[in-house]
Amino acid sequence: MSEADNIVVDTTTKIFQDLCDPQTVNAAAMGEDDGWKAPLWSALEDSGLTLAWVPDDLGGAGASIVDGFAVLRVAGGFAVPVPLAETLLAGWLLARAGISSPRGAMSVAPVRSDDTVTLGDDGALLGRARGVPFARAADHLAVVAEAGGEAVVALVDRAACKLKEGVSLAGDDKDEVDFTGVVPIEVAATDGIDSSALMLMGAAVRACEMAGALHAILDISVEYSKERVAFERPIAKFQAVQHNLARLAGEAAAAIAAAGSVAEAIATAQVFDDRIFLEVAAAKIRVGEAAGEGAAIAHQAHGAIGFTLEHVLHRYTRRLWSWRDDFGSEADWAVRLGEMVAARGADELWPMVTQH
Amino acid sequence: MPSNIEFDPIRLPPEAEELRTEVRAFLDEEIAAGTFDPETAPFTNGFNREFARKVGAKGWIGMTWPKKYGGQERSFLERYVVTEEFRAIAAPTRVFFTADRQSGPVLIKYANEDIKMDVLPRITRGECCFCIGMSEPGSGSDLFAASTKATKVDGGWHINGTKIWTSSAHLADYMIGLFRTSPPTEENRRHGLTSFLVDLKNTEGISTSPIHQMTGDADFNEVHFEDAFIPDDHVMGAIDDAWKQATSELAYERSGPERFLETLYVLVELVRVLGEKPDVRGAEGIGRLVAQLHTLRRMSVSVNGMLQAGKEPVLEGSIVKDLGTNWEQDLPARARDLAAFVDPEAGNRAAFDDLLQYATMIAPKLTIQGGTREILRGIIARGLDLR
Repeated sequence: MSEADNIVVDTTTKIFQDLCDPQTVNAAAMGEDDGWKAPLWSALEDSGLTLAWVPDDLGGAGASIVDGFAVLRVAGGFAVPVPLAETLLAGWLLARAGISSPRGAMSVAPVRSDDTVTLGDDGALLGRARGVPFARAADHLAVVAEAGGEAVVALVDRAACKLKEGVSLAGDDKDEVDFTGVVPIEVAATDGIDSSALMLMGAAVRACEMAGALHAILDISVEYSKERVAFERPIAKFQAVQHNLARLAGEAAAAIAAAGSVAEAIATAQVFDDRIFLEVAAAKIRVGEAAGEGAAIAHQAHGAIGFTLEHVLHRYTRRLWSWRDDFGSEADWAVRLGEMVAARGADELWPMVTQH
Repeated sequence: MPSNIEFDPIRLPPEAEELRTEVRAFLDEEIAAGTFDPETAPFTNGFNREFARKVGAKGWIGMTWPKKYGGQERSFLERYVVTEEFRAIAAPTRVFFTADRQSGPVLIKYANEDIKMDVLPRITRGECCFCIGMSEPGSGSDLFAASTKATKVDGGWHINGTKIWTSSAHLADYMIGLFRTSPPTEENRRHGLTSFLVDLKNTEGISTSPIHQMTGDADFNEVHFEDAFIPDDHVMGAIDDAWKQATSELAYERSGPERFLETLYVLVELVRVLGEKPDVRGAEGIGRLVAQLHTLRRMSVSVNGMLQAGKEPVLEGSIVKDLGTNWEQDLPARARDLAAFVDPEAGNRAAFDDLLQYATMIAPKLTIQGGTREILRGIIARGLDLR
């Protein structure tokens, strides 16, 4: 899919341009003014974007999987600091279990592979989830829980949960949620969606946001280096700067390609099989690596000004650093992918890479 | 203005996947028949006329070209599959690869009908090897400093001078060479170079001398021209204007699977040497390398698919080459590190070490051949509108 001819992408871009301009949001944040938040969220909700992955009959907009990922790439390009991705994910998860999505912000749990939530015979949940993005901003949480060896999806009222508030490297909410004793609003079995599937989908979501953010910091860095004059010429004219930015372009390109590939793979897949695992793992690893490399180059190109609170660069770079850790870091995914490759053996490596 | 970087998530079409099965079966047969040995192929120069003729008979050389010239009019994505399968197993493609990738397309674009009908079918049959005469002792990356001279004589041109680093020149049948027909002008230093088709086997005044490489191989050469006569109809394109002739073929050249698979055997043997249950360090290392390989391949397929669809992913193509050649260059060092604690007498350790040593030695050339990393990054910077 190309972005240019996509109406969903155009709508999203317009909303962010009007209501979530990073410069404006940054200035507001410095003055601790969050007046921009409510109009932005209303616009996103009213246009159906927050529930893009929820079919009409479950209260959503019924957009395609690919369009949803495209929206997230645009969102990453604006370093959007509201739970759009999390609400999309929650809506997707609930829809897979046939549960209608409520209005308002949502998030998902668990988001780490070493956290487990269980549903007891008494109908109450047990367990906690650490590092849940935007938990405290959410009205509801979509939770994958273990119930007698089966995975179920539960819609939970966030206010019923105990929160230990935290903050991400980007300054966004990142909370520990204790579900113990909470009785869900609704519980349903799923069609093969378990906590691993949520990790896969979550990692793909973050990969798309990060690809958008990397593309944005490339553009910001290119523009800055053409404007900034040092030694009597724009720094873009220095070969050392050019080569650094060429490397940044390479990292952004790898991220765009990996994220686009995983989005397309998930959109056309029937089940979360090994092929999807490879696509997701590769994307989360490679995009995460690009985030580290790319952010470093962008900062170097900007010099001291990029290190200030006033400049927008940190809105992107801090999110890039932070998003690397959500739904499995590069190292997490690399170990699992490496184990799979090793178990299959050397002669299956090339067939696996070329399976599609 | 936002930079335009797009990688459409293109998958290979079913006909390409069918072809893959066919190619793998063919390669298995050739290995079984002893035509080449993938274990030792990386050490050889890959020049195998017998293999080339068999590939030609399959219709896999010049497969995108018009049928009247011996081609199959198949898609670039089908060609992609053949190329990547050959590369992944280090099949000996040296006879035909240059002609297939770049010389043939130059002929199709600029040669007259007689030459096309004569040369192209021979390329597709695997009978015709091409080399590229670009660099000179005084001009490497700076192509437009070339001084090997073409002087107009009756019915053609006399070539005098020396080309250098010319891979396969001692074996090749033809060269596409870049020669100076006029001095550069004040306004345009790229002016004055012309592209020629040179019949190396049937032209007086051409001699080659091998250059021994640090690996012990000697597959590149100096090529000397002394009043070598090239007929007029062997001029490829416009006189003095070769600089205008870089076209979309460049994007194919830069983005193909050969830009990241040159040392793949090291990764395959690394997986073997680390075994079925590597420790966490080994697993993480393999996982990262496979993620990077997968991403490079998806980028490369994407660029080829976009070209096939009529788009012009020029910046993307250059980026694939930069990332790909750096990756294949780093691979031996990373594999060495990851295998550091494997017992010297374990399993395939000896074979792994042999391949690793060789890959370590060839690694430096990977970001020099076909345009250095520095030139490439300059091209990417231009694509970003920085220069």
